Amino acid sequence: MAYPYRHPSEVLVLSKYFGDPEARTLKGWEARGGYAPLRKALGMTPAEIVNEVKASGLRGRGGAGFPTGVKWSFMPQKSDKPHYLLCNADESEPGTFKDRELIRWTPHALVEGCLIGAYAIRAEHAYIYIRGEFFEPAQILARAIEEAYAAGYAGKNVMGSGIDLDITLHIGAGAYICGEETGLMNSLEGRRGEPRIKPPFPAISGAFGKPSAINNVETLIAAAHIVQNGAEWYKQWGTEKSTGTKLFCVSGHVKRPGNYEVPMGFNFREFIYDVCGGTASGRPIKSVIPGGSSVPMLTADELDIGMDYEAMAAAGTMLGCGSVIIMDDTTNIVKQVRRMVDFYAHESCGQCTPCREGTAWAAKILRRIENGRGTQEDLDTLISISDNMSGKTICVLSDAAAAPIVSSIEKFRGDYLEMMHAGAGVPVASAIAL
Amino acid sequence: MADATPKANPETVRCTIDGMELEVPKGTRIIDAAARAGIDVPHYCYHPGLSAPAQCRMCLVEVEKAPKLQPSCTATVADGNVIHTQSEKALEARKGVLEFYLVNHPLDCPVCDQSGECKLQDYTAAEGRAMGRLKEPKRVQGRDDFGGDVLFNADRCVMCTRCVRFMREVAQDERLAVVQRGHKNVIDTFFDEGLEGNIWADNIVDLCPVGALVSKDFLHKARAWDLDRAPSICPNCTQGCNVRLETRDNAVMRIKPRPNPEVNAHWMCDYGRLNYEWINREGRIEAPLVRDGDRLVGVSWADALTRLAGALRDVPVRDARAVVSPFMANEDAGALRRVMDVVGGGAGVYRCEAGEEVVLPGFPTLALRPDRAANVHGVELFGFKRAGGTSATGGLDEAAAHRGVLFVLGDELADAPEGFGANASLYVYVGHFASPAARNADFILPATTFAEMEGTFTNIQRRVQRFWPAIQAPGMARPAWQILGVLLAGISDAAPVGTAADAFEALASVRPEFGGLSYTDLAQGGAVLPSFAEAGD
Repeated sequence: MAYPYRHPSEVLVLSKYFGDPEARTLKGWEARGGYAPLRKALGMTPAEIVNEVKASGLRGRGGAGFPTGVKWSFMPQKSDKPHYLLCNADESEPGTFKDRELIRWTPHALVEGCLIGAYAIRAEHAYIYIRGEFFEPAQILARAIEEAYAAGYAGKNVMGSGIDLDITLHIGAGAYICGEETGLMNSLEGRRGEPRIKPPFPAISGAFGKPSAINNVETLIAAAHIVQNGAEWYKQWGTEKSTGTKLFCVSGHVKRPGNYEVPMGFNFREFIYDVCGGTASGRPIKSVIPGGSSVPMLTADELDIGMDYEAMAAAGTMLGCGSVIIMDDTTNIVKQVRRMVDFYAHESCGQCTPCREGTAWAAKILRRIENGRGTQEDLDTLISISDNMSGKTICVLSDAAAAPIVSSIEKFRGDYLEMMHAGAGVPVASAIAL
Repeated sequence: MADATPKANPETVRCTIDGMELEVPKGTRIIDAAARAGIDVPHYCYHPGLSAPAQCRMCLVEVEKAPKLQPSCTATVADGNVIHTQSEKALEARKGVLEFYLVNHPLDCPVCDQSGECKLQDYTAAEGRAMGRLKEPKRVQGRDDFGGDVLFNADRCVMCTRCVRFMREVAQDERLAVVQRGHKNVIDTFFDEGLEGNIWADNIVDLCPVGALVSKDFLHKARAWDLDRAPSICPNCTQGCNVRLETRDNAVMRIKPRPNPEVNAHWMCDYGRLNYEWINREGRIEAPLVRDGDRLVGVSWADALTRLAGALRDVPVRDARAVVSPFMANEDAGALRRVMDVVGGGAGVYRCEAGEEVVLPGFPTLALRPDRAANVHGVELFGFKRAGGTSATGGLDEAAAHRGVLFVLGDELADAPEGFGANASLYVYVGHFASPAARNADFILPATTFAEMEGTFTNIQRRVQRFWPAIQAPGMARPAWQILGVLLAGISDAAPVGTAADAFEALASVRPEFGGLSYTDLAQGGAVLPSFAEAGD
């Protein structure tokens, strides 16, 4: 089973075995060099692993881009409490499907990454929190964990090292907010999925009140490669501050949607037009969201930038988790933004007032505009609401909802104005229904 | 700058809040530090008796050098912090949050039972937008009977979750939860049972900063802004919860807890809270009555007490018995004891209803105590012994058969045997209601209830706590300590008792336990009797 499409510009590190069903099995994974990184890691001290990952410059692939080694080094050095490694596999940002593919094709890579990560932070237990809708990947992962236990890669005395490492797969009930690290911890503990105020930070008081490190699926798999091949090997790709390769998941009006692994700093325009084949229809691109629906949009004129944290930030957007959503010129930006904001309004945990009320209010205004009953004043209100939602809540869900609103009004104001003038004849009932 | 000079105490930190320099203990929350400086930072979810989730986002303040506004309910003061609660950024954020609240909160202030005690109303008036920008329909969620005394108006809820946290953390009986997500979030009970049966549940009505959780008992009864309030002590068990009696038209409309960390923190039980109608009961004795053959004749206080003093001097059997109500104040019981001592001494009893003890798990110092009257421990200090059963009946046989002087103080004698007091050489009734047994008395003297007077109760911790008058006494009723004090001056060389403070001071002459306590120093927090405080009781 070949993977749908591979482009010559790709660098296959994480995604090398995509499309290779044999890699899913323990035997197949071992034949491809699997579990050698774990063996090597167990021969190192936890501090050596942390230092190697630190030296590699690996940054968290869940969206925030925090240096992984540094995060691991925050774990208390002297603690009589158990430590936990938490793997965030609750991938649920609209347009994001890279972790799902990593789990589907290389589940043992994640198991191995978790075991290495757990050892590095001196944890004896790793939890993988996967969203309930990922039924097939969860089944595949459960099978891999079972195989790893049977082969002695997990459990008591891993590979005869005298070290105990356990893994628990936890299937969530399906809430976007449970992918936020502290919301995930609440959910893991059986509580309502609501983010927690920080401090205390997870490294001090995380899951079950114990020191915890939480990493994305892609991050942990990359860390295993770094342990096996060294920091310098990893730094051959990418830029000075954004090292290594990264998986980008591409969707929307694109000729070749899918997952692509390219070095950090890869040219975005080249990526879209060459690697992904441009728009499916051949029509011009209207807008691209580079990092998942929670980051500001770019126009077609803004694509000559590197696919790395710094370049994206300089362009006024974010790399996020690498979810590239392409929209051609047939896209109605207002409808698109309204859908996104509907999503955030639906997924807001409702804990913080600006998010609970702001997302829903913004969605209602957008729907009214979409139904042709908007005014220019509404755009000012939307900007103001977005400002009141940004940076004023426990987590960043409301910031995420505000980003597409603000960037779309800034960059595609014409679409909004057009809809305001095209409203005649829209039935009132449908206009107010939410 | 706050950090310009070295600190004297390493356990404190210095900060500047709105230009005022403060030194506060390490770990003080910004909101509490601001309160020390007299600055009220608006808040909904924060309550000093509960955990702080920092979710209402009302209390965001600007801390210089911090990248974002900080929730002052969880952020603690760091040394050298320069904090602005009224900066443009902080005010703008609060204005924004208030506008968000009003997106779904109906503006039904004129009919809302919160009637002016609503923090949304207050904050919006103080800092909100003059005009709302909302053009969209509000969501409608309706209302729900939560069981017990609590009614829930979901539309008015600001999702501060104080009620949920109270039931989880303090009542430790998790009967409320947030259900749904986002703007559809709503507080709900798990099952139809709701809050029924939990006697601490009404505290969530006090906790609710808006009109979402209201008391069915108080519903449509009075507007909160029409009420007068007096600090008092709950009379309904020996816990002695510090409360406010909230009154209108000379009647108690409701009882609310008053914070006292030593006794009841911020809480009280529903039994005490809802058991107040007896205070408003009509049919009180309104004038001193003196027996004239078969008749009882209304007389002036001077006449009544002069005649009573004369009768006590002339009485042949100088031995007294008494029946005292544990709802009467220390001063009342103490004055009676002094009168009895002058008359020739004697024993007395009290009767008290008793029931199950129900402890508040999250603050175990507080419980609905088995004895359902405020001053059981006070009247015991004055030598009155428990009599009768758990329904405060019976136990009057000895008093009924007594042939000397018989005093009844406050006990209504509803169950007294026929002809009660007939054997007594002199029967004096000081109380509130002229029951058939009371009407046998030679002197019937109208006394005030605790709600109409000033005085003290001694609670289960032997903490002596003051209460203040909340309503007017009916007719000529006077505090029993005043009546008995004047009488005492008439039958002995005791100094006249003019004030409650005098009456309190006189207690030490009959019970040394009260020595060392000053009525003024009791203030609103009370004080444990020194001998018990030393014993660590």
